[in-house]
Amino acid sequence: MRIRLEKRREPSQLMQAITPVAAVVLTMIIGAIIFQLIGYEGPRAVKEIFFTPIFAAYKWSDVARRAAPLILIGLGLCVGNRAKIWNIGAEGQYIVGALSGAGVAYLTQGFTGYWIVPLMILAGVVGGALWAAIPAFLRTRYNVNEILSSLMLVYVAAQLLNYLVTGPWKDPNGHNFPQTAPFTVWQMMPKTILGTPFPPGLFVAFFFVAVFWVVMSRTEYGLAIRVVGDAPKAARYAGFSADRMVWSALMISGAMAGLAGVLEAASQSGQLNLGFPSGYGFTAIIVSFLGRLNPIGVLISGTVLAVTYVGGQVAQSAVHVPSSSAGIFQATMLFLILASDVLVRRRIRFVPAPKQAPVTVIAGAAK
Amino acid sequence: MAVSSEVAKRRAGDPPRLEMMGITKQFPGVLANDNISFSVKPGEIHALLGENGAGKSTLVKMIYGIMAPDQGQILWNGELVKVSNPRAARKLGIGMVFQHFSLFEALTVLENIALGLDSKISQRDLEKEIRRVLDLYGLKLDPQRIVSTLSVGERQRIEIVRALLLDPRLLIMDEPTSVLTPQEVEQLFETLRKLAAGGCSILYISHKLHEIIALCDTATILRGGRLVATCDPKEETPKSMAELMIGANLKEIARPAGRGFGPEKFSARGLSLPKHGDFGVALHDISFSVRAGEILGVAGVAGNGQNEFMEALSGERVALNAAAVRLDGIDIGRLGPTQRRALGLCAVPEERNGHAAVADFTLADNSSLTARRRMGFMQGGLISFSRVAAYAERVIKGYSVKALGHYSTAGSLSGGNLQKFIMGREILQEPTALVCSQPTWGVDAGAAGAIRQAIVDLAGRGCAVVVVSQDLDELLEFCDSLVVINLGRLSRVMKVGDVSIDEIGLLMGGVHGDPKATAEMTEQLHAHSA
Repeated sequence: MRIRLEKRREPSQLMQAITPVAAVVLTMIIGAIIFQLIGYEGPRAVKEIFFTPIFAAYKWSDVARRAAPLILIGLGLCVGNRAKIWNIGAEGQYIVGALSGAGVAYLTQGFTGYWIVPLMILAGVVGGALWAAIPAFLRTRYNVNEILSSLMLVYVAAQLLNYLVTGPWKDPNGHNFPQTAPFTVWQMMPKTILGTPFPPGLFVAFFFVAVFWVVMSRTEYGLAIRVVGDAPKAARYAGFSADRMVWSALMISGAMAGLAGVLEAASQSGQLNLGFPSGYGFTAIIVSFLGRLNPIGVLISGTVLAVTYVGGQVAQSAVHVPSSSAGIFQATMLFLILASDVLVRRRIRFVPAPKQAPVTVIAGAAK
Repeated sequence: MAVSSEVAKRRAGDPPRLEMMGITKQFPGVLANDNISFSVKPGEIHALLGENGAGKSTLVKMIYGIMAPDQGQILWNGELVKVSNPRAARKLGIGMVFQHFSLFEALTVLENIALGLDSKISQRDLEKEIRRVLDLYGLKLDPQRIVSTLSVGERQRIEIVRALLLDPRLLIMDEPTSVLTPQEVEQLFETLRKLAAGGCSILYISHKLHEIIALCDTATILRGGRLVATCDPKEETPKSMAELMIGANLKEIARPAGRGFGPEKFSARGLSLPKHGDFGVALHDISFSVRAGEILGVAGVAGNGQNEFMEALSGERVALNAAAVRLDGIDIGRLGPTQRRALGLCAVPEERNGHAAVADFTLADNSSLTARRRMGFMQGGLISFSRVAAYAERVIKGYSVKALGHYSTAGSLSGGNLQKFIMGREILQEPTALVCSQPTWGVDAGAAGAIRQAIVDLAGRGCAVVVVSQDLDELLEFCDSLVVINLGRLSRVMKVGDVSIDEIGLLMGGVHGDPKATAEMTEQLHAHSA
C-alpha cells in the first residue's frame, strides 16, 4: 500500500470547515500526550485548559474579556492575510493604540464630559493605523519586507511604552511605579455593560464581525483583497492597485489593533503600565488563520484562543503546568491548521504498491 | 542513389527503433492514453498529431521516462525496456526538446548546457564538443553568449544541441515551431532532415499540418487518448488530416462579404515605454489605428514585447502621455484599466490562469473582475450576487462553456473552456474596442473556431479589435490587417491578402541572430518581387 496525495478539482468546502475543528481536537490529544510524558497529568491539563473555562460560568467574563481584543485584531489581520500582506506587528499597533488613548487621557486630566472617551477611542484607532502605516510606506516606497518592519516596530512600541510610563507620563502619586495616572471616570468605560458579564469590547467585536463580513464578501474592496492575495497579476488586470492594497490592508489591521488596545486600556486596565502588552497581537495571527481568514470563523477561533488563555491560568494553579503551556497549545494549533491546509486542496488516496514490471529482454525478431 | 537504397534496405530489415505496444495511462477522471500502439523506424521522421488534450504529451512523457504507463510495453530496438526516469531515457539514446525551455537567462550557452549534462566534463572539452555538433548540423550559435541576449529560435538551438551532444538515436521534438519565424522553421527542418539522414529517428509533435506534410514520413494521429489513424502525410491534405484529428468536419469562419469599416475607434500614437525589469522589452514609438469593424493582427515571435504591448493598451501600465492611446476620440493613455474599461476598452491577456482569471475563484467572482462596472453589478456600493451570477450564467450559456454553473471554480475548467468563458466575459460587455492576446493558444480546434467566430461577429457589430498572436496562420485567417512586432517596435500596417509569408517572416526578425542569412534572404525576396 502507498499513500498518495492527489490534487482535487475544486478546493473542498467540507475540509475548509472540518480542518480547524480537527486541528483543535488534535492539539488536545498531542498536548495531553506531551504533558503526560514530561510528568504532568496530561488529560487533566487539557481538561482545565479547554473545558473548565467553558463549563464554569464564573470564567465566562474572563473569556469574553480576552476574546474581545483577539477577535478585533484577528478581523483586521484577515484583511492583510487574505491579500498576502503580512502584518506581524499587531502587538505594536495594539500598544500604540493604547498609548494614543492614554495620551488623550493625559491631556484631558481635569476635564469632564462624555466627549473624552470617544476622543480616546478615535486617537487609539488613528494611532494604531499610523503605526502600521510605517511598514506600508517602507514597503511601497523602498520595497522593504513588511514582515520584518512590522515585527521590529513591536519592540519600538514596547520601548515607547517603557519610556512614557517611566518618564513623562508617570503617575506623580504612583509611588514611583512605572505606570500612568489612573484614568478618571470621564476617561473610563464600564468593565461590563448591558447587565451582562461581558466587556464593551465584545459587543464592538460583534459589530465589526458583521462589518467585515459584508466588506469581505460583498464589496469591491473585498474582491480586490481576495484577488491581490490569490493572483497579483489578475489584480492589476482588474484595475486594483497593489500599492493601495498594501496601504489599506496594513492600516486597517493597524486601526483594529489600535482599537483593541484603547478599549482594553479604557475599559479594563484603567491605566497603562509595563505589564500592558499581553501578546494579543501575536495570538491574533493564530486567530485569523484558525478562523480561515473568515470574519465568522474569527469570531469562533478568537473565543477558542481566549479559552486557552484563561484555561492556561486555571491549569497553572490546578495541575501546576508552567505558565507558558497555553502558548504551547496555541502554537501547536497554528502548526496543525497550516499543515491541514493540504487536505483542502488535495485528497489522500491509498493505492496498491506498483507491480514490479518484468524486465525481460526479447531478442529482436529480425536479427 | 545507391546509398539511399541501401539505407532503405537496412531500415526494412532492422527492428523498429521504438515500438509502443498497448500503452494505457489513466489520470483521475480521464483516460489519457487508451491502448496505443505504433512504431518508429530508424531514421524516420514520425509525426505525432493531435489536438490539445489528445494525449500526445502524456505519451512522450512515458517514452522519456517522466511517467510510467499503467499498461503496455515499450520496445527499444526490439528489446523490451522500462524507462524509469529521463536519465535512463538519455542513456538509451532518447533525447527530448521541450516546448518550454529550461534555461538560466543570466548564464552563457555553454554554462547552461554544462548544467544539464549527466556526466561531468571540462568546459574546454564541452565547448569543443558543442562546436563540433554545431558544425556537423550547420547550426549557428555562439557558446559564449548570455542566454538573455538570445532570441527564442537561438534558445531552442541550445536545447537541440543539448540533446544532440548525447548522440541520440531518437529525438523527441515537442511543438518546436510555435516560437519560430518562418525562416527559422525552414532552418530547423534542414537540421532535422540531416539528423534523420544520419539514422536518428525523430518523433515530431505538432498540430501544424502543412509542416507535417513538408517534413514527416509517417503521421500517427491521436484523438481523445486513442489512436485514430496512421498515415503517410504526403498522401493526405491538411484538411483530411485535420478532420481525422478533430473527428468532425472543419467549419469555415463565416464572414459577411463586402464589409466596410467605420471611423477610427482605437489608436496609438508614438507610444513608448521603458522596459520593466532585467528581461523585459521596451516599447518604441508604437503607432497603429483600428477602425470600427476592423480586426488588426499583431504577429511576432514570442518575447518581442507582446506582453508589454498588451499591458500598455489594457492600462495595466499607463503611458507617459495621455494622447499616446486614444479610444473613440478620447485620450486614455494616462488612465488605469478600470477607467479604460468604463470607456469601452476590454482586454484579454495571454495567460489564462492568474492573469485573465483567478483559478480558485468561482466563475461568478471571475466575472466581477472585469465586468463589475460595465455590467452594473454594483448596487448601493455592494456587489449584487444575483446580477453577477446571472451574468456568469449568460456567458456560460452564450459561449457553450462546459461548467457546472457560476459556482464552479475557474481552475476546474479545461483550458479551452476557460478561454471561452474569458472571451465571452469580455465580448458580452459589448466593448468599443477589444484587445486580446493569443485568444486560441492551447485551445482545441473546436473551441478555437468558436472563439475566432465570436471575434469576427463582435467586429461585425462595429467593435475595433486587436489580436496579438504567434500563430501566423490564425492571423491570416481572420484579420483584416496585420502588423509585426519585433524588439518592441511595430512594422507598418499591411492589408491581409497583399502580404507574403516571406516578408512577414523577415519583419518578424528573419533568421534571428544571423544578420548574414537574413540579408541573403532579403536579397532573394527583392529579386523575387522585382
